[in-house]
Amino acid sequence: MKISWFRRQQYVQVKLEQKGEVGALWVKCAGCGDLVFRERIRENHGICPRCGAYFFLTAQERISLLVDESSFQDVSKPIVTADPLGFVDRRSYVGRLKEAQEKTGLRNETVIGRARLGGCPVILAVTDFRFIGGSMGSVMGEQLDHGMGMAARELRPFILVTSTGGARMQEGIFSLMQMVKTAAARRDLERLGVPFVSVMTYPTTGGVLASIASLGDITIAEKGALIGFAGRRVIEQTTGERLPPEFQTAEFAFEHGMVDRVVERKKLREELIHILEFLPVRQSQ
Amino acid sequence: MRIDELIAELQEKLAELKRLTRDSGLDASPQIAELAEEVARLSLGRGAWEQVQLARHPSRPTTMDYLGLMMDDFYELHGDRLGSDDGAIVAGLAKFAGRTVVVVGHQKGKNLVENRIRRSGMAGPGGYRKAARIMGLGERYGFPIIALIDTPGAYPGVKAEEHNIGGAIADSIYTMLRLRTPIVAVVIGEGGSGGALGIGVGDRLLMMENAYYSVISPEGCAAILWGDRSRAREAAAALRLTAHDLLDLGVIDEVVQEPTGGAHTDPQEAARSLGEALRRHMDELRGMVPGELPGLRRSKFRGMGICEGAVPVMHEQGGE
Ligand SMILES: [Zn+2]
Repeated sequence: MKISWFRRQQYVQVKLEQKGEVGALWVKCAGCGDLVFRERIRENHGICPRCGAYFFLTAQERISLLVDESSFQDVSKPIVTADPLGFVDRRSYVGRLKEAQEKTGLRNETVIGRARLGGCPVILAVTDFRFIGGSMGSVMGEQLDHGMGMAARELRPFILVTSTGGARMQEGIFSLMQMVKTAAARRDLERLGVPFVSVMTYPTTGGVLASIASLGDITIAEKGALIGFAGRRVIEQTTGERLPPEFQTAEFAFEHGMVDRVVERKKLREELIHILEFLPVRQSQ
Repeated sequence: MRIDELIAELQEKLAELKRLTRDSGLDASPQIAELAEEVARLSLGRGAWEQVQLARHPSRPTTMDYLGLMMDDFYELHGDRLGSDDGAIVAGLAKFAGRTVVVVGHQKGKNLVENRIRRSGMAGPGGYRKAARIMGLGERYGFPIIALIDTPGAYPGVKAEEHNIGGAIADSIYTMLRLRTPIVAVVIGEGGSGGALGIGVGDRLLMMENAYYSVISPEGCAAILWGDRSRAREAAAALRLTAHDLLDLGVIDEVVQEPTGGAHTDPQEAARSLGEALRRHMDELRGMVPGELPGLRRSKFRGMGICEGAVPVMHEQGGE
């Protein structure tokens, strides 16, 4: 049985909300419950130095973790959502957006850049979970389309690092259609023989998992990732099934053949550089 | 509801005008167009929640009902060849207007016993893999594909997750973007998020008048954004999920008229109306160069979405 193998992993089930905000200097770890000095976690790439629990990274932290020093050139489109439905629930979508922008200092949830990994030129796309759950609406669709278009034109491998709760409900049908839009853009990479590496981190779920994130040539799950299509609560309510404890973890995804490998955060950069050594890199320009 | 009565009245007039045109040879098309536009305008403000209820009506015609009424013959095929045959998706070869076509569709059961196999049209990974396999078969012989969408969503279950439901939907979407044969997709009832989209990538997207198409169920949306499932009525309105909404938003190509009161009041008439629309769109698509279809299809979807500060980009329309 594989059960014992799972137990050996220092894995903790983490909650979707930002973990344990205590103060500016200290954070309560969801893994061990200890108060940890925030700076110590940052130095440790968002991993609890006591118990090894993973905190999710901001887009900026993720980028600096992966790319060669000062090689990143932001080529994101200067776009923001247009709130196509004029969506209002208990709050307005526009209000949520403004708050997300202030909180993150980002214009939107997706960052696209030219970068180098171990000297290899790539296009890197990263989503930031702090920004409305890193969810996919028209803007993410357009940014990924733009990023893949650039990768195809410049013959640079495309690396996508997802941290997203799925579709952006507030954009209704438009958010659903981004699943097709991103898959359509992915076809250009295939036609031109440009590699696409998908890196699923905490969390990669719903409509993004059911489209672009699942269409990589090579798929890596970061240790500590949450990977699944349907939410736990929906499954429990609809089917009455009891969910196994390791359900929808990176290890679960690996066990069931959904990803090629599970990689620790600290080794992710080396892993990607290694993968790129096998793949065609024929940069034009 | 006052507005519903008005819409019903106009629809009756519309039907009468159409009958008149057909029987007497008088050309009333300007009046028909004007009336149809008026019905569409009124329907925009109509209760989205009532629309959702109609789309879920227990006696609403299912995929198999439409096939029985529209097709001269239907030969069902089974299995994904990877270990399962999902009853929530039916697929096979059919004779439509004298030609062979491939049909895939979600299939709801009419009762509890049927739904043990059909799972109310909630397909699992095997369903999407079966659909993709049989659409691929259609492409080999140049058969056009008709996809009928009617699902509350993909099946949320442990087994489905273990067999990579997300990946199966992604693959089916990707397959449909590559097929060189014409595809017409129609939401006939419920268009529930990724589960609907998994067979929903067409050169043409149509919706039956009382169908809905949404990124999430109104109940699910209400639970997450309002923190209360019972606010589903408000969520349904906010999501803009009716057929006329989607036409207005530029996402679908046509709203297929249903008999007054909904498709379940007169399935024959609903099937006639759908059959007429399908024939028209398939005739148009038949005139196109097969090699150009996938590129055009991808461009269609790459153009979807609304951002601020975006400069519209034209995509090259390569083949394949
Ligand atoms: Zn800890």
